Amino acid sequence: MDTLRGLVPRSIVSALGVVFVGLLLVWVIGNFAQSPSEFFNVFLIGLTNGAVYGLIALGYTLVYGILQLINFAHGDVFSLGGLVASTMILSFLDLSTADSAIVIGLGVAATLAVAMVFSSVLNAAIELVAYRRLRNAPRLAPLITAVGMSFFLQNVGLIGWGVEYQSVPRLVSNSVAFSLGSVEFRWNKLAVLLITVPVLVGLIYLVQATRQGKAMRATSQDPEAAAMMGVNVNRTISFTFVLAGGLAGAAGVLYLLNFTTIRYDQGFQLGLIAFTAAVLGGIGNLSGALVGAITIGLIEAFNEGLTWYTPGSDWTRSIVFGLLIAILVFRPEGLLGERTPEGQ
Amino acid sequence: MKLPTRMKGSGPDAHPGEDTGGWLPAEVRQAWGRLPEPVQRFALPLLLVVLAFFYPKYAESLPGAFPAVGTLVIMLTFTMMAVGLNIVVGYAGLLDLGYVAFYAAGAYTAAWFASLQFEQVSFHFGSVGISREAVGIHISVWLILLIAGAFTALAGILIGLPTLRLRGDYLAIVTLGFGEIIPQFVRNGDNIFGFDLTHGTFGISPIDSPGFGKTLEDAIGVPASFQQSFDRAQWFYWAALALLLVTVFCSVRLRDSRLGRAWIAIREDETAAAAMGIPLMRTKTWAYAIGAFFGGIAGAYYATFKSGAFPSDFYFNFSVFLLCMVILGGIGSVWGVVVGGLLLAYLDQEGLAKLGNAFSDVIGKQIDVPKYNFGVYGLIIVLMMLFRPTGLIPERRRKKELAEGVHDESLYDAGR
Repeated sequence: MDTLRGLVPRSIVSALGVVFVGLLLVWVIGNFAQSPSEFFNVFLIGLTNGAVYGLIALGYTLVYGILQLINFAHGDVFSLGGLVASTMILSFLDLSTADSAIVIGLGVAATLAVAMVFSSVLNAAIELVAYRRLRNAPRLAPLITAVGMSFFLQNVGLIGWGVEYQSVPRLVSNSVAFSLGSVEFRWNKLAVLLITVPVLVGLIYLVQATRQGKAMRATSQDPEAAAMMGVNVNRTISFTFVLAGGLAGAAGVLYLLNFTTIRYDQGFQLGLIAFTAAVLGGIGNLSGALVGAITIGLIEAFNEGLTWYTPGSDWTRSIVFGLLIAILVFRPEGLLGERTPEGQ
Repeated sequence: MKLPTRMKGSGPDAHPGEDTGGWLPAEVRQAWGRLPEPVQRFALPLLLVVLAFFYPKYAESLPGAFPAVGTLVIMLTFTMMAVGLNIVVGYAGLLDLGYVAFYAAGAYTAAWFASLQFEQVSFHFGSVGISREAVGIHISVWLILLIAGAFTALAGILIGLPTLRLRGDYLAIVTLGFGEIIPQFVRNGDNIFGFDLTHGTFGISPIDSPGFGKTLEDAIGVPASFQQSFDRAQWFYWAALALLLVTVFCSVRLRDSRLGRAWIAIREDETAAAAMGIPLMRTKTWAYAIGAFFGGIAGAYYATFKSGAFPSDFYFNFSVFLLCMVILGGIGSVWGVVVGGLLLAYLDQEGLAKLGNAFSDVIGKQIDVPKYNFGVYGLIIVLMMLFRPTGLIPERRRKKELAEGVHDESLYDAGR
């Protein structure tokens, strides 16, 4: 890695990196020593947020892995998924906290299914309409299109649902499920993890062990060779977008369950954070996206929840994007990624 | 692996005298062709400049769809930023999604050096329309435009040095990151270890006005201070027009210079350019610095026109808005970007509201079209990229690149 060769000797960069990580550790341990129970509560918040980011980040990573395209519109697919879910809960199913647990459980499952299908179809349609024509264009053309698409989708959300936050009743209660010592496990956080983990297991199985997953991996390595081996490249790419859209839809529902409100423009910010997570873990790398997402979730939660020498929520975005820049400049292959000749 | 498809389209130098005026009758074209070469070249631009110059004099008598002079100031300033962005995106092919950071840097330079912000000191140098006793730094706004340009160019270099080695899409993300960090820094900058640098979310206001000073006012009647002058918009308009013309002139001259050819070579094929001995880093950094320079000047000028620098202006949306101007006009084409910039800025400031009203009258239902402005810009970007990626007024060279397919496969670190 000699991105900065000629400017700063590599040894100094590594030394600075070690010092930085050391300071970070001191800060984390210091905060832990201040109040261990508070630390764990914040940690749980970070883990839950990280899980939601992870679902979005996986969408970025899947699409990037196969098309080398940063799909800017992905965050907005997420927020549209969440908005559709809010309509499902409020208008179609008319769920309220008074309903019994079974009704709520079924209702949430139905909402999840509808939101995932909607986002999948939307994402695949975006690919078909906006990106497919540009597959052989200069690389920046689809990227610019994706930025435009993102704004367009945001305004679709604005037209459809207005500027107000859509708020749904707190279906999954935030009461304490059980506590270990003074660390409290709350139902809504547990529910997020309970939905995320099976989805992820399913995804990893699909990519690693099925025929379709093999086609995806082959296409991402070399589309032309894959085509010669009989892989239907167009269908595989569409399938990847369907998959990514489904994950974004699931993330939208989870976000809604966890925070109970969503608005048309939230996807963009969350999308950028999730993208940072994907880059942090090594873009194109599935487990990397998860590791990155949880790291980002923790960083955010620590920054906003801890008290000992903490910059506070005013600076969260700067910290996340500062991290993004630092990673891209010093270690573009990410935490788990490998440098390949293609420069992934 | 992709092979360059040289066979598509025509050869690289096939049309030396391309026939562009096909819609004119043959006699008119022949008569035009007989005119001396300088006339052919400069007559039309000169006519436009003269028309633009006298616009405030006849604006009143034009129909309502024409922009007010005050709107034109904003249009010209935004267009100037778009022309600056075109140097980075269009010439050098570096996608910059954080151009708003340069705008912010320029605006805040003006705010620091021409306002009451730093009340600890009192320094005056050529400022107009402000009492000699006022606290804060007050430097002549004309000078500040240059200072802002230089400061922003420096910021561009500082941002560029570590990041310009990155591949195109990563560079876009990094610039986006800077574009997000700088506004947050500005918003939180009212308490940097106890020092109020940016006055937080309130922004810095008022900012001194440009002007010619008391001496010149008494001598030839030009206003001492634009803001306090009777026809304020008109003077701001002429200054903005001059700034835009200078920017366009520099932009055209730069394009045809050695540096400009190096930028275009990098845009077309980075590896080949490096192999031909073009220093990639230095050339790209120059593109950044010069693009930032004009962005900074435009930002500073806009801040003095609005008499304030407010953090709420500096959002990612604005970067995309500028990018949309460049794409609509034609990536790399100066005149295209000028047209695209004026058109979009007009839509943004007046046009969408007027169109919306007309539309609402037709369908008999009130629709707040300007609320969806970014949806419109997003749609414009997508449609242009899909159906006319060369823009309204294509740059000839860029058109060929797109027709032939550029061999810009991912090269992570071509600078090595």
